Amino acid sequence: MFAYLVKRVFQAAAVMFVISLIGFAIQDNLGDPLRELLGQSVSEEVRQELREELGLNDSFVTQYARFLGKALQGDLGTSYFFKEPALDVILKKLPATLELVLGATLIIVGLSVPLGVYTAIRPNTILSRIVMGISIVGISIPVFLTAILMIFLFSVELRWLPSYGRGDVVHVFGNWETNFASLDGWAHILLPSLALASIMLPLFIRLIRAEMMEVLQSEYVKYARAKGLWPWRIYFVHALKNTLLPVITVGGVQIGTMVAYTILTETVFQWPGMGFMFLEAVNRVDTPLIVAYLIVVGFIFVVTNTIVDLIYGLVNPTVNLARMGA
Amino acid sequence: MTLLSVRDLTVKFAMRDQNLTALNKISFDLAKGERLGIVGESGAGKSITGFSLMKLLSHPGFIDSGQILLEGEDLIELSDARMRAIRGNRMAMIFQDPMVTLNPVLTIGQQMVETLRAHRKLSESDAKQISIVKLREVYIPSPEERLDQYPHELSGGMRQRIVIAIALLLDPQLIIADEPTTALDVTIQADIMDLLLELCQSNKVGLILITHDLGVVSQMTERLLVMYAGKIIEAGRTREIINDPQHPYTQGLINALPQQTEPGRPLKQIPGNMPSLSAIPTGCPFNPRCEYALDHCRTTPPEIVRYGNVEVACHEVSRLNAERSEEQGA
Repeated sequence: MFAYLVKRVFQAAAVMFVISLIGFAIQDNLGDPLRELLGQSVSEEVRQELREELGLNDSFVTQYARFLGKALQGDLGTSYFFKEPALDVILKKLPATLELVLGATLIIVGLSVPLGVYTAIRPNTILSRIVMGISIVGISIPVFLTAILMIFLFSVELRWLPSYGRGDVVHVFGNWETNFASLDGWAHILLPSLALASIMLPLFIRLIRAEMMEVLQSEYVKYARAKGLWPWRIYFVHALKNTLLPVITVGGVQIGTMVAYTILTETVFQWPGMGFMFLEAVNRVDTPLIVAYLIVVGFIFVVTNTIVDLIYGLVNPTVNLARMGA
Repeated sequence: MTLLSVRDLTVKFAMRDQNLTALNKISFDLAKGERLGIVGESGAGKSITGFSLMKLLSHPGFIDSGQILLEGEDLIELSDARMRAIRGNRMAMIFQDPMVTLNPVLTIGQQMVETLRAHRKLSESDAKQISIVKLREVYIPSPEERLDQYPHELSGGMRQRIVIAIALLLDPQLIIADEPTTALDVTIQADIMDLLLELCQSNKVGLILITHDLGVVSQMTERLLVMYAGKIIEAGRTREIINDPQHPYTQGLINALPQQTEPGRPLKQIPGNMPSLSAIPTGCPFNPRCEYALDHCRTTPPEIVRYGNVEVACHEVSRLNAERSEEQGA
């Protein structure tokens, strides 16, 4: 188990190294930072001096080594716009994004399992057909369109839910403020979470349904019937447990992908998270912030995947983590 | 005393444009504690018979007509809920491949305890005690430890013993074993069969053994059904049929056994193949492969009738029998 963990941490480090290299290469090629830092009136001599001072004239490798060295100490550069360490800017925005992802994940898990199981067990009922039909629509419509449609329906027409911002947030600790502690906070996070979930939810319903239908054809389900077990036990213990194993793996990857989808959702809902921040940073050519964002998201991706793999190993008795470490 | 009585059981497969007949008016009886073998090539309908008795046919198969009387009660008429209470309880089943029969993510203990508790009000610990006793009966070493193990930690032979133990958990009246050793190593096959025979005899459990292995059938069973293309074509005491087969198909099966051929010579196969369900020949279904077939064999399907000590579905059985005795006499 420990050996496997060490192995996974090394793999994660290698992935992070590649991400940092890509991130730095972007920064290196994304125009002249002096144009953003200085005004038009500054002379070429001063510019040269500053370039030398900032080390912009050094070779790529030297600059990358410096970047990497600082990054390992938690310094991902300074945002041109905020004049603050880029990592600090992102960490301030991180809780809002993570809460949005959490909200969407809860919706996905809460709905996809029962709906996936139901549509697998009763594929021919009207309800199953409706669910499958809507899921096709959900997969096909892009997130920003779903979001705008929901704002139109629930905020503009029905006036049930607010259309932008986080509303009343409650301070938890550090720079973490939560939406989940007040009614207004819940009201504000509901639409953005639904919009974010709208792509993944149909995917998961379909995935669970397909896996479940396959598992229901298996010999061990037939055998469970031959033992005279109650149907609920066959469905929810024998079949569902086997169904969820592949779903866990896909789910881990999708949670990471969802962090990326927050860019669209947060922009439509003016959600003050790091996706919204990222789009603003792109508009302002705030390269250190862009790179820092890439690295943080890459880090979240790598961490969730590692955790999911570990969970998979613990849930699936046929996977021996101790042996996989060897 | 009759335990199971099957009358004119017909099973069909719902296809897009037609229903194919998989079992055609099967009838047989099983006395309490009696052991019955069902043999035939692949596709003869042996396994379908087994699953029909449990009412476990999966789509598109369905029971079209007939009766399955378990101590006089027609299972076909029973609701799903009442049928569930019979499965695993009064009738248990042993599947072909123990590698895929047990659920890979549940422990042996969970899979035994759940079976007991599906039919009896028992505490977890009582159910475990019964499970341990049954595991001991099938000669599983250190059964207490096995309860916490997962199927993949055990060998195929061990898993099939556990499946047999699960079948015996609720002291059923009937066990249906569908090719229980086909997927196992040859050296283990005999052990498993001996165990099954011993347990059926000592617990007075009826057995329906579905197999294509005539050698196994002759050791294990008292009566035998020979099936071909969804029909019973010969039925009677196992010893009588093995020693003196009447139907040309049964004769072919027995002649095809390796023991019937000198070493180094090719086996005596029955020419041709079992017809598919969509193309069962008119008349006697065996007629295209039968070297004795006459014109009426190709037009009129033979009824199964008593002939000597057995029942046979062959128009020409008496002629063939006479010719055989002449040959032997000459």
